[in-house]
Amino acid sequence: MTSALFPLTIREQAAQRFEQLGWPTPRQEEWKYTNVAPISKIQWKSAGQAASIGQAGAPDLNMAGRALVELTFVNGVFVSKTGGGAKGLKVSRLAEEQSEKLAKYADYQDHPFTALNTANANDGALIVTEAGAAIEGFIHILYFGSGDEVWSHPRNLILAGRNSQLTVVETYAGEGRYFTNAVTEIVAEEGAVVDHYKIECESSSAYHVGTIQIHQERSSNVTARSVAVGGALVRNEVNAALKGEGCSLALEGLFIGAGSQHIDNKTVIDHARPHCESMELYKGILDGNARGVFDGRVIVGVGAQKTVARQTNKNLLLSETAIIDSKPTLEIHNDDVKCNHGSTIGQLAEEPLFYLRSRGIGEEEARGLLIYAFASEIVDRMKVEPVRELIRRAMFQQMPDRLPERRGASR
Amino acid sequence: MSETIEQIANQEYKWGFVTDIEADVAPPGLNEEIVRLISFKKQEPEWLLEWRLKAFRHWLTMKEPTWANVNFGPIDYQSISYYSAPKQKKKLNSLDEVDPELRATFEKLGISLEEQKRLSGVAVDAVFDSVSVATTFRTELAKVGIIFCSFSEAVREHPDLVRKYLGSVVPYTDNFFATLNSAVFSDGSFCYIPKGVKCPMELSTYFRINSANTGQFERTLIVADEGASVSYLEGCTAPMRDENQLHAAVVELVALDNASIKYSTVQNWYPGDKEGKGGIYNFVTKRGKAFTNAKISWTQVETGSAITWKYPSCILQGDNSVGEFYSVAVTANYQQADTGTKMIHIGKNTRSTIVSKGISAGHGQQTYRGAVTIMKGATNARNYSQCDSLLLGDKCGAHTFPYIEVRNSSATMEHEASTSKIGEDQLFYCQQRGISAEDAVSMIVSGFCREVFRELPMEFAVEAQKLLGVSLEGSVG
Repeated sequence: MTSALFPLTIREQAAQRFEQLGWPTPRQEEWKYTNVAPISKIQWKSAGQAASIGQAGAPDLNMAGRALVELTFVNGVFVSKTGGGAKGLKVSRLAEEQSEKLAKYADYQDHPFTALNTANANDGALIVTEAGAAIEGFIHILYFGSGDEVWSHPRNLILAGRNSQLTVVETYAGEGRYFTNAVTEIVAEEGAVVDHYKIECESSSAYHVGTIQIHQERSSNVTARSVAVGGALVRNEVNAALKGEGCSLALEGLFIGAGSQHIDNKTVIDHARPHCESMELYKGILDGNARGVFDGRVIVGVGAQKTVARQTNKNLLLSETAIIDSKPTLEIHNDDVKCNHGSTIGQLAEEPLFYLRSRGIGEEEARGLLIYAFASEIVDRMKVEPVRELIRRAMFQQMPDRLPERRGASR
Repeated sequence: MSETIEQIANQEYKWGFVTDIEADVAPPGLNEEIVRLISFKKQEPEWLLEWRLKAFRHWLTMKEPTWANVNFGPIDYQSISYYSAPKQKKKLNSLDEVDPELRATFEKLGISLEEQKRLSGVAVDAVFDSVSVATTFRTELAKVGIIFCSFSEAVREHPDLVRKYLGSVVPYTDNFFATLNSAVFSDGSFCYIPKGVKCPMELSTYFRINSANTGQFERTLIVADEGASVSYLEGCTAPMRDENQLHAAVVELVALDNASIKYSTVQNWYPGDKEGKGGIYNFVTKRGKAFTNAKISWTQVETGSAITWKYPSCILQGDNSVGEFYSVAVTANYQQADTGTKMIHIGKNTRSTIVSKGISAGHGQQTYRGAVTIMKGATNARNYSQCDSLLLGDKCGAHTFPYIEVRNSSATMEHEASTSKIGEDQLFYCQQRGISAEDAVSMIVSGFCREVFRELPMEFAVEAQKLLGVSLEGSVG
C-alpha cells in the first residue's frame, strides 16, 4: 500500500536533507517561537491500512454532496472519491497520476518539514484545470487523522491553467494523537484565479505542520485563506512567490486558540516582479493558556517596482494567560513601492461593550458578539458557504464559554 | 531627482582629519595580561579588575553574533590595540594646561571648550581617545551635588556608587560586544544626580576616535536618584580612516523612583568612502532601567558609521514607568545600519513610545529591529510603535523587523510601519510653486524627521539638522 510518490532519487535526497537539517529548534530564527520537541520525541509510524472515518469523534464536516468533487484520505491513505467533476477540470490522485511539476516549487533544501514530507509522501490530490476553464463550485479534499502515534504526509498539487478559475478547500480533521505534515503546491498560470481554503480543525491532541507553496505567473490572482482552530501544536506556513508582472495575492488567516494550544502562522510573500500587489490580513483570538504566533515576511526584490504590499495582523487576547508573539517584517530592496504593515494586540474595547450593554445586552453576550464580529471580518469574505458554516460551527465548539450558542451557525 | 541622489551618493566626509599626538598605546592583542595592564594603568581597585577578568573569561566562551542584517568581514580581535592614552605628564587643573594641539582639534570640530562653557552653558567632558583630558563646570555641578566626571575618576573617587550600579543594567554576560567592553573598557563618563535634584544644565560628552588601530570601548553610567532629572547629550565625529575601526560602547542608565533621564545622541562617525571602504563599526549596547514612575527617553540621530548596530533599550521595571525612543537614521553610500529598540514592560501601567524614521540612499541598507515585550505582570501596559522608511534611489534597502511578544492580555499594542519613496505628487507640488527639486527634497526630508528632531534639546537640534545636511548633501539646504 506504500506506493512511492516521488522518484527514488528525490525521496533519497529529501530524506538525506532532513537528516542533515534535523528537527528545527527555537534557536533558529524561523522557529523562534515554536518548539517542535513534542513532535520530534515521538516514534511515529505510517498507517498501512486505510481506516474509516471514526463516527463518534468526527466533527460534522458536512461538505459531501455540496462539493463538486470530494477526495477523502484517512491517515494519508486514499479512501473515497465522490462527485462528478466539471468540464476542463481533472481531479486525480498523485499516487496514480504522475506530474513533472511535483516538488518543483516547495523547497526541501531549507525547510525540514517539507523535506520530511517529500521523503515520505505517498498520496494526495492532483487538481488540474485546462486553459480558460472557469470551474463553478469547489473541490474538497478531506484529510482525516485517526489513532495514536500515526503520522501522514499529504501532498497536493494544484495546477491552474491559463485564465482558468478554481476554488479548492482542504480540510484537516481527526481524532487521536496523530501528526499531519502536509505540503500543497499551487501553480497559477497566466491570468488564472485561484481561491484556496485551508481549514485546520485537527483533534485537540494532534500535531499539524502544513506548508502552502504558491507560484504565480503574470496577472494571476490567488487568494489563500488559512483557518486554524484545532490541534495541540500547529504550524501553518504559506509561502508565495510572485514571479510574473501584475499579480495580485491575498493571504487571509484566522486562528483561534484555547486550552493550551499553540498555533504558529508563518507567511512569506516574495515580490520578485514589478506591478504586483499583495494584501495580507491575519487575525488571532487567544483564550485560556493558548499561544499564538504570527510571523509574516514581505520581501520586495530589486527591480520589483510599483509594488504595493499591505500586511496586517490583529490579535485579541481573551484570558490573562494567553500569549501572542507577532513579527510582521518588511524587506524592501528598491524605492518605488508602497508598503506598510501593522500589528495590534489588545482585548475587547470598552466602548463597544458599553454601547451594547447600554442597549440591554448582557455582558457575556455582548462580549460574545464582539468576538464573533472580530472573526467575521475574515469569515464573511469567504465565498464558499459550506466553509463559512463549518468555520462558524468550529468557532462555537472552540469557545463554548465565550460565544453564546443561540447565535449559532446561521449566517 | 536622479542628480540629487547622485550628489547624496557622492558626498565626501567633511570632518576627516588626524591629530598627531604621541599616544601611549598598548601592544595589539587581547589576553588576560592586557586586561590586567589596562586595569593597572588606570590604577583600579581589585574588585574592578576581578570584574574585568570575569567578563574576559566569559567573552572567551562567546561567539560573535551573526543575526544582524549587516555584512562585514571578520574582525581580528587580536590585531586591535586595547589601550591608548594621550600622553599626559601631570594632572591638569585648568583648560590652559591642555595640549594646544588637542585644543586645536576641538576648535576644528567646533567644540571650543571655552566657548561651550561661555555661550551654551553646557558642561563638556571631552573624551579624546580614551582618557578624559578636560572637564568643565565641575564645580558648578558639584554645588548641587551632581557628580559628573570621567569613569576612571569616578572609580577612584566614588567607588561605592560605581560598584553598586556598574553592570546592574547591562551585566558583563549580556552580549558579545558588551562583554568585550566590560573586559577592556578604557574610559567614559559617569554621572550621578542626587535625590530630588534637577540638573541645571544639559550634560554632554564628545567622543572622538583618534589613534589608528585603537578600538574605543567607552563606558557610560548615569544614575538619577529618586526624583532627580537630567538631560544628557552625546555627539561624535571621527577622522578619516582606511581601516575599519571597532567601537563597542556600553551605556547604562539607572532611573530610580520618580527620576527621569533624557539621553540624546548625534552620531556622525566616518562612514567609509564612496566605495564602502573603511568606516567605523559601531556596535553599541545602550540600556536603561526605569523604576517606579521613572522615565527614560532615548533620542538618536544616526548619520555616520559604516556599520551601526545599536538598540537603545528600556527595561520598564517599576509601575507607571515610561520609555521612549525617537530615532532618525540615515544610510548613504554603502552604509549599513541595523538599529532599533527594545521595550521590556515588567511593571504595571508601563508605557512606551517608539518613533523611528529611516532614510536610505545610494547603496545604503537599513534595518529597523525592535522588540516590545509585555511580561506577565505588566497589567495595562501600553505601546505605540511607528517606523517609517524613506527610500532615495533604487539600489538601497529598508527593512523592518518588529518583534512583539505579549504575555499579558490587558496590554494594548500598536505597531505601524510604512515604506515609500518621496511622493512624486509632493515633489510636483513644490516644484510647481517655484521650489527647486533639491530644495523640495530637503523640505520633505526635514518634514519626515520632524517628529524626532523636536525631541532633541535645542543645542542638538541645530547640529542634527547640520548633520542631516552633510549626510544628504545636495538634498537638504
